[in-house]
Amino acid sequence: MEKYDIVIIGGGPAGLAAAVSARESGIGSVLVLERDKELGGILNQCIHNGFGLHTFREELTGPEYAGRFIEKAEELGIACKLDTMVLEISPGKIVTAVNREDGLFELQAKAVILAMGCRERARGALNIPGFRPAGIYSAGTAQKLVNMEGFLPGREAVILGSGDIGLIMARRMTLEGATVKAVAELMPYSGGLKRNIVQCLEDFGIPLKLSHTVIDIKGKERLEGVTLAEVDGRGKPVPGTEEYYPCDTLLLSVGLIPENEISGKMGVELNPVTAGPKVNESFETNIKGVFACGNVLHVHDLVDFVSEEAAAAGKNAAAYVKRESAEDTAEKDVWDAAGREVPVKPGEGVKYTVPERINAAHMGEKLTLRFRVDGVYRDCYVSVWFDGERVIRRKRQAVAPGEMEGILLDRELLLRYPGLDAIRVAIEPG
Amino acid sequence: MEIKKLICINCPMGCPLTVEMEESKVIRVSGNTCKRGEDYARREVTAPARTVATTVKVVNGKAGRVSVKTREDIPKEKVLACVKALKDVQMEAPVCIGDLVAADIAGTGVDVVATGNVGEL
Repeated sequence: MEKYDIVIIGGGPAGLAAAVSARESGIGSVLVLERDKELGGILNQCIHNGFGLHTFREELTGPEYAGRFIEKAEELGIACKLDTMVLEISPGKIVTAVNREDGLFELQAKAVILAMGCRERARGALNIPGFRPAGIYSAGTAQKLVNMEGFLPGREAVILGSGDIGLIMARRMTLEGATVKAVAELMPYSGGLKRNIVQCLEDFGIPLKLSHTVIDIKGKERLEGVTLAEVDGRGKPVPGTEEYYPCDTLLLSVGLIPENEISGKMGVELNPVTAGPKVNESFETNIKGVFACGNVLHVHDLVDFVSEEAAAAGKNAAAYVKRESAEDTAEKDVWDAAGREVPVKPGEGVKYTVPERINAAHMGEKLTLRFRVDGVYRDCYVSVWFDGERVIRRKRQAVAPGEMEGILLDRELLLRYPGLDAIRVAIEPG
Repeated sequence: MEIKKLICINCPMGCPLTVEMEESKVIRVSGNTCKRGEDYARREVTAPARTVATTVKVVNGKAGRVSVKTREDIPKEKVLACVKALKDVQMEAPVCIGDLVAADIAGTGVDVVATGNVGEL
């Protein structure tokens, strides 16, 4: 069986940044396993610009952003296997994978970094009544057809869901000559960036119908039209508000789900809110030496944050391998004995946090605690509580569920509370 | 006096901006919370500009299309003309990130460059 220090599952932005960082931290034996025929992941089909403002201080398109990391990985001579599907990982870190060249094979890893990304929620999860005609696509599938294959999925479209992919596809379909009749959003606010609402919808006069959903699908072989209706505060359609839109295409942009089948099967504990692994300050899961980063951990809106998080995961995995492989176990013993993990709990207005356990003795000087809020709040404060004491209070003019938030924690601050039982993050009114 | 209403795109606040204009000159911007909002409003009502990203056909390549973008923003009203002008443009593989796809697209003075790599077949 071939042996590697670090095996990374997935060659998208998270996998690439983790690989580069692990290599730069002095680990030579790194392997990236990617199921697609090229590296870069979903960035390759995100041809619009707006990526990289944090990382490179310039606006890049998705393929350009991926290109920077692919180039770096090549320079560093990082090994990759493309067209390779990972089937299983054992708790002992034996990775079982398959491809056309090697057939079915196993690898022994000292550390594993999970970077499989996420997939789109499909129609089946929405329970929209009606037949199952052709012409209903997830927004990402349509994006791949238009941007990579050069096919336009239809001429007249309605889009359900106003997340960024839905908005971006409204513009893309319009530029390619299709008519986008409406974007319907179940919630009273859009989950997409303001910039995309203005530049993808308003620029082309596409109506955004908030608090609306698709209640019926017409057409047996090919989609003929959809019925939209307004919904009440509990998401139930309001009778009398139905409107019929003839169309041949319905795009669904209704959420992303981290792909954790392999993680779950190997015994990685998952957070039911994020559907991603529960990790500590080192991005390590409950299984020692198994790390997670990027959209498989929690769905991001900015790839820059994915790269940042993955670089940390790669660095920590490298440190783990060095500690575990050293003949002299002194460093490992000190590490294992140092400090203890304190749980981080989502308080009022906060849906989840990543990480959800912090051992101050194992963290760097600073750590960004990332989280999402459960609604739109204006003129509020993000507060961090150490047990009954509020230790951080930062003003925010506005927070929304569509934009991931973060707050910086200092190791020094944490070390001053040795008896700490729990850390809580909450949104408090101004 | 003409009044234009915009939503600021700079942050999640999404401030509702009101721009008062006289003979296509901005008199006053209100509704913004910060300076960025005012700058955005002034630009957006006098000279709105956008980066255009699309794809063009590739011949003899490992992929049939390559992604491209305008190197800089172009005037908003030229966006559709730009996409139209690129409809019949064809690149010969190999194509690399940064390769010139079309110069001075739709009379904007801005070049269109490749944003992806496509190897030879």
